Amino acid sequence: MSDAPPVAARALVKRYGEIVAVDRVDLTVERGDVFGYLGPNGAGKTTSLRMLLGLIRPTEGSAQLFGRDPVVDGAKALDGVAGFVEGPRFYPYLSAHKNLRLLADYDGGDARAQIDEVLELVELRERQHDHVGAYSHGMRQRLGIAASLLRSPQLLLLDEPTTGLDPSGMRDMRDLVRRLSAEGITVLLSSHLLTEVEELCNRVAIIRRGRIVYEGRLEELLATAGGGYRLRTAELERARMLCSAQAGVDDVRVIEGELRFQADEDAVAALSIALGQARIGVTALVPQTASLEDLFLGLTSDDDEPARATREAIVA
Amino acid sequence: MTAVARVYRWEIAKLLAQKRTYLGLGAAVVVPIIFVVVLVIQSGNGPTDVPLGRYLRDTGLATPFVVLFFMSIWGLPLITALVAGDIVASESHNGTLKTILTRSRERGEIFAGKLLATFSYTVVLVFAMGLVGALAGTIAWGLHPLTSLSGTTVPVGHSIGLLAASLAVYVLPLAGIAAFGLMLSTITRNSAASVVGTLMWALLMQLIGVLPGTESFRAYLLGTQFEAWHGFLRTPADWAPVVRALWVCSLYIVIPLIAAYLVFLRRDVAGE
Repeated sequence: MSDAPPVAARALVKRYGEIVAVDRVDLTVERGDVFGYLGPNGAGKTTSLRMLLGLIRPTEGSAQLFGRDPVVDGAKALDGVAGFVEGPRFYPYLSAHKNLRLLADYDGGDARAQIDEVLELVELRERQHDHVGAYSHGMRQRLGIAASLLRSPQLLLLDEPTTGLDPSGMRDMRDLVRRLSAEGITVLLSSHLLTEVEELCNRVAIIRRGRIVYEGRLEELLATAGGGYRLRTAELERARMLCSAQAGVDDVRVIEGELRFQADEDAVAALSIALGQARIGVTALVPQTASLEDLFLGLTSDDDEPARATREAIVA
Repeated sequence: MTAVARVYRWEIAKLLAQKRTYLGLGAAVVVPIIFVVVLVIQSGNGPTDVPLGRYLRDTGLATPFVVLFFMSIWGLPLITALVAGDIVASESHNGTLKTILTRSRERGEIFAGKLLATFSYTVVLVFAMGLVGALAGTIAWGLHPLTSLSGTTVPVGHSIGLLAASLAVYVLPLAGIAAFGLMLSTITRNSAASVVGTLMWALLMQLIGVLPGTESFRAYLLGTQFEAWHGFLRTPADWAPVVRALWVCSLYIVIPLIAAYLVFLRRDVAGE
């Protein structure tokens, strides 16, 4: 396998008529990443993944997996790559075991010898001879992971793998992703579930209306909203005046009956002494941390709802 | 095993696991049985207005030829369309096309496997119908020499050879219908539309053939090629319709297949 990154999308564009589903997306997933691809429904996540897997052709730009482009290299570009978009799909009239045998035969190599092992891993061995048509949604998701693992992938592309699962199914799926990542598999995971991304991913890209609005380390994203503090006091107006006059304390605002301001730690320490000297009682002085949800909503909030609805209908 | 052979093997396995396959095959073998039973119950001659119809009760070997004639109008085209029109469209609809296109097989290999499976089904269909027709006819009227379209008597062994050759030639126009079905299946991604569209196209070919004023090109219509086997049943054998069926059907097979192949190679596979 080459030294090229597992995923490198450059200026990727997909247009459907006048609708731009994916708009000049740049995306780099490094080896070992559990990369979260976040965005509201219809933002272009699935369309991007389809282009990465060679299911649809980009209108412009290129998508490479380990340096190979599915449009140019065909199925060879998917060597070492596995995954699914919009949920795994199987032949409902064949058993799980037969579905995997079919896929193993398509893959060639020693994939067939791994069927029992992957079924065991996703805890479907006892139901392997049942028709997939009789499987629950969660079982199909797990079978999707099993089908992906048959390819002994270095890169897993998973499109909303926990969607539709019950809480315990979600937990199991996340445990599985964590375990696979620990084994050295790079994972690109699209999701609109922020807790999932926060729990699993080290890097994220956030897509809004087809465009990437953030790409980088998750902790750096969370840190961008750092530096704020909340102050609760019985004497709000006096405290506000003191804060406004205090060196190193900026952007002082009264919100919901408390003070919010920006300051570094030294300035906050000096402020607390000053408040004490001024005999202003403090009931709470806490750092204000933004959740991923706050950041996500800030980055993806949309004031053009009707246009978004049209776009969702086309992109979905 | 080559890549295409692997895909082909699984296409056959998929066909064997689906009810519609047995529905089609079942119809192909039940029709000659019903046909024989009805004629046994009825008295008299005939049907006298179809090739070999008047010799139907002389030997069981005439049965499959007469059934071929009746089934060419819409029966076999419909049964062929059931599979050909579905083989790509159903996978598109169920999303399994995405599953197999994200494995290690090229699109061309998958298309070739599906094409071979469709043609295999067509061949099995025709020969199963011919075999069951011959058996049912033989049970009803015995195994005797066949009277050719020229009125000569053909020994049993030779008649069986002629039946096999006729069935083989009969497969050609049916393969043309299968190719058209595969094309519609690939382009429309809609199983019902492909099956109905294929049947409509086959009926249109038949209809044009019987309209006045179409004599000049009637020999090159697909429907006409269903009669090419008549050449084998003349004494001496008339190869002209057989040779014409070979090249005319090749065009009816190759042109839709090229269109289907190009669409299959390049098409976007997204949600339906």
